[in-house]
Amino acid sequence: MKPKFGVVVFPGSNCDHDAYFAVKKILGYNAEFLWHKEKDLKRSDVIVLPGGFSYGDYLRTGAIARFSPIMESVYSFAENGGIVIGICNGFQILLELGLLPGIMMRNESLKFVCRDVYLRVENKKSIFTKSVAKNILKIPVAHGEGNYFAEEKTLHELESHGQVLFRYVSRDGKTGEEFNPNGSLNNIAGIINKKKNVMGLMPHPERCCDPLLGNTDGSLLFKSVAENL
Amino acid sequence: MYKATVIVKRRPKILDPEGKAVEQGAKLLGFSNVKKTRIGKYIEFLVETDDVKIAEKEVREYSEKLLSNPIMEDFEFTLEEVK
Repeated sequence: MKPKFGVVVFPGSNCDHDAYFAVKKILGYNAEFLWHKEKDLKRSDVIVLPGGFSYGDYLRTGAIARFSPIMESVYSFAENGGIVIGICNGFQILLELGLLPGIMMRNESLKFVCRDVYLRVENKKSIFTKSVAKNILKIPVAHGEGNYFAEEKTLHELESHGQVLFRYVSRDGKTGEEFNPNGSLNNIAGIINKKKNVMGLMPHPERCCDPLLGNTDGSLLFKSVAENL
Repeated sequence: MYKATVIVKRRPKILDPEGKAVEQGAKLLGFSNVKKTRIGKYIEFLVETDDVKIAEKEVREYSEKLLSNPIMEDFEFTLEEVK
């Protein structure tokens, strides 16, 4: 059976259509938009919180969106083991909601970064990466606040429980500050929760799914989820 | 009715790249004594109650739940009675 992806739309989301297009038109799964004022997840198997600037990023990124009516349902869905993917602003919303630990700070450079980066897949036991054959993925980032920070204890937990899913690295997988686009702790690009059903990542996999664009690394994550549901 | 003024500050340990950038501007302007610039948020609003305890409780909860993020920020507030 084809899985159904529910793509949440907040005022200010701007990658919602890209995510919908990627999973529905390119990968051939079912997909439906979910308006932030509703509470019904419409029997989605996977929830996608897309990128953008929900509520204008006012106060803090994701701070207001996390109180949207739909997020109550997303929270219960995740608590019951439902699969949730937060991309960029979606990741920031998951942090504010407390489904993932830590916070996002302004990029160290103070600049908005928009370019391809290389990610090393650090844990292949999660549903998001189980079927990803590659070790290094090329996926674009586009954000001004992707500088991930967590307190020492939290960081230690993330690292020791295999919750760091992706790290910014060089083309051939080397770690180093020069490959970190935003100053994030330990070059963290994406993490999962302890129960391993909620993923947040700053890079945009939905932007590299269409073969016409010359890079389909992003599709590997959506396929992995679909194949292992 | 009360007027609430909330100030939200980043914790000292949290990097403040904005403060750092602004301080660079201060140096360019010749303010050589300026040190440790930190940027926070100033928020004001009215609370429609005559009971100062209710006002305090509401401002504190609002600040904890939405106006600040307890992982990286501290807040302080004042209340001023207005007619």
